[in-house]
Order: sequence, then structure tokens, then C-alpha cells
Amino acid sequence: MMQGNEACVEGAIAAGVRFFAGYPISPATEIAELMAEKLPRVGGAFIQMEDEIASMAAVIGASIGGVKSLTATSGPGFTLKQENLGYAAMVEIPCVIVNVQRGGPSTGMPTLPAQMDVMQSRWGTHGDHPVVVLCPSTVYECYVLTIKAVNIAEMLRVPVIVLSDAIVGHIREKVVLPDPGEIEIVERKKPLVPPEGYLPYRADEDGVPPFITYGKGYRYHITSNNYDEGGFPATNDHKVAHALINRLHAKIEKRRSEIIVTEEYMLDDAEVVIFAYGCTARSAYSAVETAREQGIRAGIIKALTLWPFPREVFRKLGGRVRTVIVPEMNMGQLVVEVEAALKDNPARVVPLNRVDGKMITPGQILDLVKEVI
Amino acid sequence: MAVHVDRYLRLHKMPHIWCPGCGNGIVLGALVRAVAELGCSRDEVVVITGIGCSARTNAIIDFNTFQTTHGRALSFATGFKLARPEMKVVVVTGDGDGLAIGGNHLIHSARRNIDITTILINNSIYGMTGGQHSPLTPAGSYATTAPYGTLEPVFDACRLVEGAGATYVARGTAYHVVLLQRLIARAISHKGFAFVEAVSQCPVGFGRRNKMRTPSEMMRWQKDHAVTVKAAAGMSREQLRGKILIGEFVNRNLPELTEVYGRLIREAQSRPGGE
Ligand SMILES: Cc1ncc(C[n+]2csc(CCOP(=O)(O)OP(=O)(O)O)c2C)c(N)n1
Ligand code: SF4
Repeated sequence: MMQGNEACVEGAIAAGVRFFAGYPISPATEIAELMAEKLPRVGGAFIQMEDEIASMAAVIGASIGGVKSLTATSGPGFTLKQENLGYAAMVEIPCVIVNVQRGGPSTGMPTLPAQMDVMQSRWGTHGDHPVVVLCPSTVYECYVLTIKAVNIAEMLRVPVIVLSDAIVGHIREKVVLPDPGEIEIVERKKPLVPPEGYLPYRADEDGVPPFITYGKGYRYHITSNNYDEGGFPATNDHKVAHALINRLHAKIEKRRSEIIVTEEYMLDDAEVVIFAYGCTARSAYSAVETAREQGIRAGIIKALTLWPFPREVFRKLGGRVRTVIVPEMNMGQLVVEVEAALKDNPARVVPLNRVDGKMITPGQILDLVKEVI
Repeated sequence: MAVHVDRYLRLHKMPHIWCPGCGNGIVLGALVRAVAELGCSRDEVVVITGIGCSARTNAIIDFNTFQTTHGRALSFATGFKLARPEMKVVVVTGDGDGLAIGGNHLIHSARRNIDITTILINNSIYGMTGGQHSPLTPAGSYATTAPYGTLEPVFDACRLVEGAGATYVARGTAYHVVLLQRLIARAISHKGFAFVEAVSQCPVGFGRRNKMRTPSEMMRWQKDHAVTVKAAAGMSREQLRGKILIGEFVNRNLPELTEVYGRLIREAQSRPGGE
């Protein structure tokens, strides 16, 4: 038996995370507490910082120091992390942020679940930045998606967000973890050139520049101002800015198929499809089982990657599906993307929203399925 | 000691962006000479900055350098130092960067006694953004956001970090550059949180609005108002009014964070269940 938050910790350590900086906040605190206990045992370091701005900064600092790093928080803290999350995206420092969502806005409902930070996870920081967001709905997924998050962060030199929620973070489930030998671990790409030939931001074909920490003979500069391949400010250089911002986005777009994970259930003959993610996907599964028992052809698309948005999965729907239901514990955030992905498809998109801190129940989803069929 | 600073500079990044007469270059010179005096290799030194004119120091010095977000350099440095305790970490900050937006990080870095040297260039103003008042703009002086003169009092950054737990605290000026170099060298070799305030001049953002038309007038002000800790001991309160104290205020040995944490790691790993 393991809790979702605990599974994030186990996944992080299995993936090679050896630094954590955080600030206490429900419902994410267990992650910090467990990290404080476990990291020194594997030779890593934990620090409780003075706030979330500082903890995000410390995580990036440690990652520049060559150590895989992670932090965890919830709504109000996630907002404070945005400043330096943007820095990590801009200067391409691998790091992982777990956001165990709770009800907002502001301090809202500190211990109750929500899915209100979907858009914040995509657009929370300023500037047109790239980001990857993964979203678990089970304890097992907390484990594997945290590993995947660390791997993507290291592979692409990007901040990756694990968007959990109070239900998934606190639920206890039986899990069978993969053997350590079976887990794929990615290390950041090192330069193949000697220090004299190293340009810290000269990207390879895949759009990712090789990365080496300080103290190994490679001295270079990092700046969050618009920068050139040498890592120095080129603050008002339009050409450099154009190439940089495009590259930062392209390195993610090029790897969509490796980043995007979705799950399909009973989709082949489905007339009604529920597009769900996070804790809401749990209710969706249960609703579809009941619907099938009653002879209703319902199916599921579950998104484990929210950003980049998995629009390609909707191609499979063809013209058969009449309705796509999008249950979300917010006023309708990802539904906008679903509508965009289905703009050339006759299927109707119907949102199902709940913002009172209670989970969307299987019954609620089932009722809507029956209504739209 | 005469040192050729050139080999510590990224000469291909010159000219720098500072205004003529700016004190930042003098502080940079003191830092580079201090590192040379200590015989540190360029590879073992990391210089981290935030945002501001002061932050531009590290783009032109040939160490491991990174510029971070406004006020947060110490938090980045804390993570870096915990990850790489063997590296010498120096943070260069401004009076706005380090004391306004970054004030809380400064207090807590001092409290942790983490082995980071912080050089705070105090030019009494927000230089980069064009002369707005900072927490160290003397009451009554003019700034673009204080067109009628500042109303708020300043505070003493050295006493602040001393109270917060810093184990090395000193102040120098751009005028007293030899002293400044010595203080920075001691700060870097000190094990623990070391803080050096470098009183400097911003002729463009501060001087010309405050009846000091030239950089040399501003440096003369430093010369006339600075009193060494030693000399101050024999002076009355009255005599010290309006003066700035320079020299070493604190130099004490207390447990340093990364050393203590390193011990914790070794103990945790030797226990059953450790890796
Ligand atoms: C979050 C944020 N707020 C404001 C700014 C704008 N800004 C840039 S530099 C600066 C002030 C720097 O003043 P100081 O630290 O005194 O350094 P100086 O330029 O005088 O060396 C400000 C407010 C910013 N870059 N980021
Ligand atoms: S504005 Fe002031 S601090 Fe900035 S470079 Fe000019 S003189 Fe120096």
C-alpha cells in the first residue's frame, strides 16, 4: 500500500533525483517530509527554503550544479514558483515541479481536490515559454510519471510539471513497482567537444544543447536575457530572439510522440467518449463500466500528458462518436483544447464541471452519458 | 600585490555596459584581485548574480557564471552550493536586488550560515531602471520615484546580516579599494556566510540628482565620510553622526550548513537502509 505523494517520492529517487527544496503546503507536504527523510540516505540533499520562490530557485541552482532536482507544492506555492519556472524554461535547466492541486483561487480549499491549475501549469509564467505537464490519476502513475518527468526534463532541458491533485496525492493503493533494472533512466547529454570548442547553447539536431555542470573545465555564462549560442546576452537582437524562442518550442514539438501518453478504454465502438484526466478519470472508468453493463456504448480517452495537448488522439474517433464529455474539477479549462482538436469532427463537446471541492462522481458522469446519448 | 586582471576577464565581451565613472568596475576589480590573491583557479569559482547593473558583473569575468532572477541569486546559490559544496560560491548583488526584493533570501542565507560570499554593491539607488529609490537611498535624497525627496529611513545592511547570523561581515568602499580587496579575500576564504557591503557610486542614477555632479565628487564623499572601525572606537557618537563605518565587523566560526549536512548524509548512509 502506498500513497500517491509517496509514490512521487519513490519515483523521483528511482529516477535519480538527489536534491529537493520546498516549502510546506497542503496537500503536498508529505513529499517534502519524505524527501527530508530519504534523500540523505541516498547521498542527496534536502532543504526547506523560506518560500516557494526560493525553493524553485534552489532547485534550479542544484540542477546547474549537475544534480537531478525536484520540488513539490500546491496552488498558492505553484504561483510563487512561476517566476523561476520561466527562468528554467528560458535558460534550459532540467527540473521537476509536482503540483498537488487543491481548491482555489487563492488559499481556497487547502485540503480539498481540484483541477484548477491546468491552465496555470501551461501559462502560469510570463513569456511564450515551452513546458511539459504530466498528470497521474493513480498511485502507480504517480510513480511512473514522476520518473518520466525527470527523464523528459533531463533529455530536453526543460522544466516538467507533474500535475497531481489532493485525491491522487492522498489515496492509498496497492502498487507493484517495476524492478529498478526495468526502469529507463535518462541522463543529460554531455558535450563531445573540449572546453575551447564548447558553446553552451549550440543545439544539436534535436534542438537540445549538450549540458555540463561547472567545475569540469567548461567555464561559461548563463543569462535569462535573450542570449546567443555562447550564452551571453544578445538582449536586442531580433534574429537571435526569433531563433531561440522557436528552438525552445521546437525541441518539445519534435518529441511529441515520446512525451505524449494517453490511454484508451472501450473506444472502438463508442458513441459517447469521456475525455478525462487526473482524479476525474477514476470516476470516468467506473461510469463507463456501468454504462457498458447497461448496453450503452461509452468509452474513455484518458490523458496522462496534458501539455503538449494530445490532440492527435482525437483523430482515432472518426465520424462515429456523437458526443465527447469533458469532466473537470474547474470551470472548463482543458475542454477548450478538446473543442479545438475536434473542430472538424461532427462530435459535440459537452463539459461537466464541478468546483465545490467534491469529486465528480461516476453517477454524475453516467447521468450525463444517458442524457446525451 | 600586483595582479594582471586581464586573464580573469572575458575580454571579448568588452566593452561592458556600465556608464563612465560607475563604481561597479572598481568592485569587480577588487573581486578579481582577491580571487587571484587567494590563488583560486577559475574553474573552482562560481559567481552568481540577480538583476541590475551590479548583476552585469559576472558576464565579463572568466569564472563559472550565471545571472538569475531579480533578488533571487542567493536562493539559486543555496541550491548550487548544497549540490556542489566543494565549489567557491560568490554572489554579487545590488542594494535593491539584495535588500528589497531579495531581502528575505539574504536574511535566511545568513541565518543558515551557508558558505557563500555575498558582495552587495550599495550605490544608494536602482541604477539599471533609471534612478528609483532603494532601501538604502538616504532619507531626503532625490530619485525618479521620490521627486520631492525620499521620506523613508534606510537601514544598516551589515547589522541586519549580523543579527541574522552571518559569520563574516565587513564594509568597504570603491574609494578604499585596497581595503575592499582585502575584505573580499577574507570573505571568500571564510567558511560560512560572508557579507561584504561595497559602498559605490552611481553618478547617473544618484549623483547628478543629488548635487554630486561628477564621479570624483562621489568618491570624495566616500573618502570624507568613511571611518574605520578602529578609528571609530575612539570617537564619540556626535563625531560619528553621518559617517559610514568601514572594515571588519564580524569574524566568527560557527557550524556551516553544507558541512553539517555532509555529516548528516554520512551518518544516514552508514545506518541500515542507507545506500
Ligand atoms: C521581478 C522584477 N521586478 C523588477 C525588475 C526591474 N528591475 C531591474 S533591475 C532593478 C533594480 C536594480 O537595482 P539594484 O539592485 O540597486 O542594482 P543596480 O542596478 O543599482 O546595480 C529592477 C527593479 C525585474 N527585472 N524583475
Ligand atoms: S546606471 Fe549607475 S550603476 Fe548602472 S552602470 Fe550607470 S552608473 Fe553604474
